[in-house]
Amino acid sequence: MRTRERWTFLAAAVLLVVVLPALNALPQGSPFRVSNFTLNLFGKYLTYAILALGIDLIWGYAGVLSLGHGVFFGLGAYAMGMHLMLEIGAKGVYQNVLPDFMVWNRVTELPLFWRPFKSALFTLLAVVLVPGIVAAVFGFLTFRSRIRGVYFSIITQALALCAWLTFNRNTMNLGGTNGLSGFKTMFGFPLNEASTQRGLYVATALCLCGAYVLCRWIVRSPAGRVLVAIRDSETRVLFCGYSPAAFKLFVFTVSAALAGVAGALYVGQVGIITPARIGVLPSIEMIIWVAVGGRGTLIGPVVGAFGVNWLQSLLTTHYPDLWILALGGMFVAVVLFVPDGIVGTAQKLMARFGGAKTPEAAAARSEEAKAVEMTSR
Amino acid sequence: MTVGASPGGSIIYLEDVTVDFDGFKALNGLNFYMDYKELRVVIGPNGAGKTTLLDVISGKVRPSAGRVIFGRNIDLVGRRENEIAGLGIGRKFQTPSVFANLMVRENLELALARSSKGVFPTLKARLSGEQRERLDATLDSIGLLGQAGTRAGGLSHGEKQWLEIGMVMVQDAELLLVDEPVAGMTDEETEKTGRLLEGVAEERAVLVIEHDMEFVRRIARTVTVLHEGGVLCEGPVDKIQSDERVMEVYLGRSRDADA
Repeated sequence: MRTRERWTFLAAAVLLVVVLPALNALPQGSPFRVSNFTLNLFGKYLTYAILALGIDLIWGYAGVLSLGHGVFFGLGAYAMGMHLMLEIGAKGVYQNVLPDFMVWNRVTELPLFWRPFKSALFTLLAVVLVPGIVAAVFGFLTFRSRIRGVYFSIITQALALCAWLTFNRNTMNLGGTNGLSGFKTMFGFPLNEASTQRGLYVATALCLCGAYVLCRWIVRSPAGRVLVAIRDSETRVLFCGYSPAAFKLFVFTVSAALAGVAGALYVGQVGIITPARIGVLPSIEMIIWVAVGGRGTLIGPVVGAFGVNWLQSLLTTHYPDLWILALGGMFVAVVLFVPDGIVGTAQKLMARFGGAKTPEAAAARSEEAKAVEMTSR
Repeated sequence: MTVGASPGGSIIYLEDVTVDFDGFKALNGLNFYMDYKELRVVIGPNGAGKTTLLDVISGKVRPSAGRVIFGRNIDLVGRRENEIAGLGIGRKFQTPSVFANLMVRENLELALARSSKGVFPTLKARLSGEQRERLDATLDSIGLLGQAGTRAGGLSHGEKQWLEIGMVMVQDAELLLVDEPVAGMTDEETEKTGRLLEGVAEERAVLVIEHDMEFVRRIARTVTVLHEGGVLCEGPVDKIQSDERVMEVYLGRSRDADA
């Protein structure tokens, strides 16, 4: 089982990191060529998958539903976006060293908090640290006060709304409603070239593999079992001598940092970040990806983020009005009929029909599954 | 030793402890102590303060007055639950609370005493051979060795109770707080639970709250009767059962009506 899992992971990693970009590098007209558009689309989905993995860590394992992950995604995206804006230099529409929207807003000097983002190193650190620190402070205050369950979810939703309102304000000097866009280069590489985009795609795929390995390590360690235990009975964990608040704070921070990385990779590939990507609605959409894919499994969120967004691309090109109904319908259907999501349900079916060697063992397992279901209700 | 009544040999010592829930005194100037390796049963009518007593010791409820001393001189008042658990006080709840989504063995492993239960040490923690043997031995003594690899959520009511007792056993607690261990059990299960608790009490102090008088007679040496947040009387089980005041509070007759 262990080795099979390792080989599956390696095969998926090689496909995503090596095969797809190699097919993209084939000459135009080759029948096997993956178009720039498709690769770019896949790159976007992979950033969503990184984000979904982080959400799964805190929601699927520790049972803490955060409705504010759009904020952490946004913080990473804006941090990278600010660096990219400064890289444009005087090549913008107004031929000014300041970003265009600042010229438009009659800002004459680069605001103080923008200045460190001239450094690529600082930016890369900020992409991880800013969402991480915000989550750590926010989590410290809420978890320590033992705010849990639906109350925690509501507070994170409020956080998403606050961030959305704040980032929309022109006086914040972050581009207001229009956000940050018009990037030309990333660390000196022109963003409109296929090779740069391919490189970004490979970086994203590598980050996803890294995120998967990190999450797997956490989940398989004794600490991962403490997380599941927190989901089952937080009070019991406390009386076993662990501080649930500390464990929740840890995974919440890790998950926010992953969201930040996802945001930064997103900006380079999509070319724009606006407050619309970080508010209440996108934060809920992220939850739907994880729910559809299967929370509490590590493959689930990746499948969900990929699948849901692919479906969105398909539906919005052919039936633009139907998408929002499909998304809502999907969420309702998952909650009502497949609470374990696609991957969770598939695993259960496999355990019931394929995995069990004897009929007795199979019966025992389904009994057990029933009991688990009953207690989890 | 500031107070003469606090013997050096007591594992837990509560002095004038009062717990006030918005005017209702769940504990009212309670004085209570237990010796090392003692098995004590606390009984009392509903609302007498039995569970509150456990809540105070385990840190779930903070007393509004009084001291709670563990061992020689550790004051427990104001400490967090996980810290108190780390000091060596285990608690088993009234309703079986095991981790349903973890395997039986994982439940025990989680409770197992570790040098540190912080986030980062736990991430890197590995079981030693000795700890593994200990888990097996405990699984054997609670009779769940065969179910070690199944999810705890699928266990029967009695098995969950035993698993939870096993969890407090491997926690290396010096003092175990056990709330109504045989509620809802069959006679056979009750019998087994009694044997388990007696075995546990050979190595550490156990405080049991129980309603089932037959079970109390079976396991108890000393019984403490709580009533209206204070100790009504204390002594061997036969004496307690024939005590007039105890019959009075259990039968619900008030002294005023009697007089």
